[in-house]
Amino acid sequence: MRINACTLAFKSLRHKPLSTALNLLLMAVGIAMMSFVLSASRQLEDNALRDAQGIDLVVGAKGSPLQLILSSIYHIDVPTGNIPLAAQAQLTQNRMVKKVIPLALGDSYQGFRLVGTNADYIAHYNATLAAGKLFNAPLQAVFGAQAAARTGTVVGAQFTGSHGLARGGEEHKEAPFTVVGILKPTGTVLDRLVLTPVESVWRVHEIVNGIDVSDKEEKEAMDAERELTALLVQYATPLAALSMPRMINSQSELQAAQPAFEAAKLFRLLGAGIDVLRGIAAIVLGAAALSMFVALYNALEERKTDLAILRTLGARPFKLLLLLLTEGLLLALAGALLGWVLGHAAVDVLGRLLPDDQNLNLSGWFVAAEEAWLALAAIGVGLLAALLPAMRAYRTEIAATLAR
Amino acid sequence: MLQISNLTYRYANSASIGLAVPAFSLAPSEHAIILGPSGCGKSTLLHLIAAILTPQQGVLRVAGTDVASLSPRTADAWRGKTIGFLPQKLALAASLSVRENLLLAAYASGQPSDTVRANHLLQELGLPDKANVKPHQLSQGQQQRVAIARAIFNRPKLLLADEPTANLDDASCAAAVRLLTSQAAECGASLVIATHDARVLAALPTACVLRLSAPIREAA
Repeated sequence: MRINACTLAFKSLRHKPLSTALNLLLMAVGIAMMSFVLSASRQLEDNALRDAQGIDLVVGAKGSPLQLILSSIYHIDVPTGNIPLAAQAQLTQNRMVKKVIPLALGDSYQGFRLVGTNADYIAHYNATLAAGKLFNAPLQAVFGAQAAARTGTVVGAQFTGSHGLARGGEEHKEAPFTVVGILKPTGTVLDRLVLTPVESVWRVHEIVNGIDVSDKEEKEAMDAERELTALLVQYATPLAALSMPRMINSQSELQAAQPAFEAAKLFRLLGAGIDVLRGIAAIVLGAAALSMFVALYNALEERKTDLAILRTLGARPFKLLLLLLTEGLLLALAGALLGWVLGHAAVDVLGRLLPDDQNLNLSGWFVAAEEAWLALAAIGVGLLAALLPAMRAYRTEIAATLAR
Repeated sequence: MLQISNLTYRYANSASIGLAVPAFSLAPSEHAIILGPSGCGKSTLLHLIAAILTPQQGVLRVAGTDVASLSPRTADAWRGKTIGFLPQKLALAASLSVRENLLLAAYASGQPSDTVRANHLLQELGLPDKANVKPHQLSQGQQQRVAIARAIFNRPKLLLADEPTANLDDASCAAAVRLLTSQAAECGASLVIATHDARVLAALPTACVLRLSAPIREAA
């Protein structure tokens, strides 16, 4: 057993369980809110950046550019509409364009979006197969890791898509899909998608609508009307950013939206909410500092003799100052640690509560670099609360205290 | 061990009241009793000897050190090594166990926590089974023994006791004085008891006596 400033501070805090618990709680709530906001917003931002990486432009039907980005990159919102298939060929021929990935949306499987696309989409996110192979014919499907895990899908299984992006749409029973592959987790939006060739989407609707593809006239009519939902475009040169969006937007049917620009707009909106939460957390931390100050200051009155005795036993005034500061720091840091764990637990719970199709991948284990500031904030609160009591302890009048 | 001459101390809050101490000296291993009525400045004299207060005038040598000339910083370290102080109010730390209260003496003077010495002292004072008990669970007499053990923990050269027999019956009074002398002997310290209790004189007949009268009042 050793007696030092830390053990003395700990025992003194334990001696007043109610006041200590209250202060721990206040501190913990403040830090929990801070770490929650920091971790969750950093994860959302990181996820958003990762999903949009390498996509310079999204071309889709006219409407809200934010909606176009949300629906075609993050697969959250509904699409703005459809665009003619010819737009893909037109963009691919443009010399300023390096890569064009087609997307055809509209159906889903158990809440996971069924995305008509090509192998480029999978390659774009550097996804590799965990099992099976990539699709090479219509009505074959490759599952993202999370979509496969949550639906219990295995290679070789059959399933039918349902109409619409939400659960409970009408099922396309006449056109069953075969699962040919399952992807390894990528940490991107791909994990929560079911991928199939663009042709699948067309075929399903041909079959559902009873169109006879062997009839040449009907097939030609169909081919002429084929549509996509959006095109993900990667520029060949940064110069493209200057002319491409304007060029596309000047066409009556098309709209070009820039992910970086729209994401920044979105985060400005979210930022306001985050700032409010941060403000509340700062107020709670201020209250914690105040409450700790009051507790330490009040306790000083009855500890005055203890402090005077320490002086008669040879302690310098500075030692008493350190003792009180240690007590404030210990309380603040213990509360902060508790709050930090609570905050991350809350992020984890939120991540589990949100449905998969919300595409917000939150984990309690993620620690944002900014959270290092919380340790500093806790130290600041502890020192601030203990400073005045510590200075009073420093000035303990031995003779007067012992004579009382 | 203790040498006092022309010593005066003026209380900071009242310019008109001062304490004048008669010349006094104490050889090593001798014991002393500071005797006088309540309010005559006995506690103040103890605080002066312990370098808690600084005299305005006169000579005060304790264990060979000119106490008045100590700087505040060196005074604290000197006090931790030289003085054992038993205040009238025992003031054991309520949040600490009995043993931890003893180790507080080591912490205050910057020594490592010597549990062996703590256990030895508790054994000596008949409290070996109370080491992990909180002070409020002890009787008044037991608490005083713990306070004495804490005062002599750092092996002081001078053990100062402020009214150690207040509120004690005759038998306990004699026992308390015996305990103080035996513990002072344990570390080879001189014992100085400040008291208004004449029974202490009877219990410690060999002691040198320093009589204090009421403090001087000067005309304003």
